[in-house]
Amino acid sequence: MKIAILALQGAFAEHQIVLENLGAETFLIRNREDWNLEKHALVIPGGESTAMTRIMRDLNLWEPIRSAIAEGLPVFGTCAGLIMLDDKHLGTMDITAQRNAYGRQLGSFYTEDSFEGIGMVPMTFIRAPFIERVGKEVEVLSTVAGRVVAARQKKQLVCAFHPELTPSDTRIHEYFLTLVQG
Amino acid sequence: MEDRTALNRQLAQMLKGGVIMDVTTPEQARIAEAAGACAVMALERIPADIRAAGGVSRMSDPKMIKGIQEAVSIPVMAKCRIGHFAEAQILEAIEIDYIDESEVLSPADDVYHIDKRQFKVPFVCGAKDLGEALRRISEGATMIRTKGEPGTGDVVQAVRHMRMMQSEIRRITSLCADELYEAAKQLRVPFELVQYVHDNGRLPVVNFAAGGVATPADAALMMQLGAEGVFVGSGIFKSGNPEKRAQAIVKAVTNYNNPKILAELSEDLGEAMVGINEDEIQLLMAERGK
Repeated sequence: MKIAILALQGAFAEHQIVLENLGAETFLIRNREDWNLEKHALVIPGGESTAMTRIMRDLNLWEPIRSAIAEGLPVFGTCAGLIMLDDKHLGTMDITAQRNAYGRQLGSFYTEDSFEGIGMVPMTFIRAPFIERVGKEVEVLSTVAGRVVAARQKKQLVCAFHPELTPSDTRIHEYFLTLVQG
Repeated sequence: MEDRTALNRQLAQMLKGGVIMDVTTPEQARIAEAAGACAVMALERIPADIRAAGGVSRMSDPKMIKGIQEAVSIPVMAKCRIGHFAEAQILEAIEIDYIDESEVLSPADDVYHIDKRQFKVPFVCGAKDLGEALRRISEGATMIRTKGEPGTGDVVQAVRHMRMMQSEIRRITSLCADELYEAAKQLRVPFELVQYVHDNGRLPVVNFAAGGVATPADAALMMQLGAEGVFVGSGIFKSGNPEKRAQAIVKAVTNYNNPKILAELSEDLGEAMVGINEDEIQLLMAERGK
C-alpha cells in the first residue's frame, strides 16, 4: 500500500515516520510530477493552510488533488490538512472549519480525550482549528469541550489535533490505514 | 501538567518547509501571506535599513506589531534585544506567536541571554555553531536559526554557520559514549543535549537558515545544506518585485532539490537586492551574543 504525503510545507516528515513504522510504503509530493505516481491514499499534514493553498495552486496541484479525493481517494488531514478539505478550500468534505479557533500560540494545548472506536487518545493542538459545522454525511469522531475536533466522511478522515506528534500512540494512523484497505 | 516547551517546539515543526518573511507594514504582511509565507516577522525596519541607519536598534512599537497581527492569519513573530527580558515580557503580553531574541537589534546585555524558560511564549535564537545552538536551547529556545549576516544580501555567513553546525553534529554522532562528557565540556553545554545530538543526529529543535538569503537559489542552497526552512529579511522587500520574488522563494523551499523547477522560478524576478559583501561591512551582527 502506497501512501502519498503532501510535502509542500509543514510537518510532513512526522507523518512519514509514523506510517513507515506501521509498515506502509510512503512517498512525498512536492510537485505535479510526484503527484502522477501511483498511490492508494493521501495525507495532508499540519502547517499553514494559506501557504499550502498558494503552492498547490501555483504548482497546478489543486484541481488534480481535489478531483482525486472527490472520486474516492482516501485522505487523512491533520490541522491545516483538515482546513484544506473544508468547504472554503478543496471542498471535498461537507464541513466548515474555523481557523486559529483557540487563538494564537499561547492558546495551544495538550489534552487527552475519547475518539470514537478507539478510546482515549493523546491530542496536541497547535494554533488549531475546530469544525464549526458538520454536514449530514459526516460522522463526528471526537469532541473536546463541546467542539468537534475529529470527523469522517466515507474515506476522508480529519483531526484538528496532531496524532503525528505523539508517535508512541499510532492508533489513529492505524484507523486510517484500515479505512484505506476497507 | 502542560508542557509549554513541547508545544512551542511543535509550533516550529509546523513551520518547517516554509519561509518566514520580514515585514514592516500590514500591507507587506498581506503580500507575504498571499505569497505563501508560513509566518511573518514584524519589525519597524528591515535589517538592511537598520544597518544603514546605525544607532541603537530596539524592539518595535507594539502598536505596529498589533497592526500586523490583525492583518494576517499566519503566525506573527517579533524581535527583542539579546538579554532584554522586559521587551520579551511586552511581546508576550501582546500574544506574539514567537519571539526572536535577535542579534539584529542592539544587545541589551553583553553577558546574559534571556532565561527563556520563564516564558510561556516560544523563542527562536540565532547560532553560528553547535555550541551556541545548544546553549540557546538550554536557556529555553525552542527553535534555532543560523545568524548569517543580516541585511547584507550575502549568503556566505549563513552557509558558514549551517555547514559548521552540520559538521559538528556529524562529529558528535561519531563519538563513543564516554567521549560525550568531554564534548559537552568543550561545547560548554549540558551533557543531556550532547547525548540527544549523538543519538538523533540532529538538534532537538527545528533549525532554519537566516541571514543574507536573497534568491530562490540561495534558499535552495540552504535547504540542501540541511536547513528545515528559511527566514528572508531584506531580500524580499528590498528587491525590484517583492511579490514575485516572495512567491518564487516559497516554491524554491518546497522544491529545493529540483533544479528544473528552480530554473523556472528564477526567471524574470526583476532586480535582486543589491547587497553588500561581508568584507565591506563595519558591523558584524553575528558576533553579538555567543
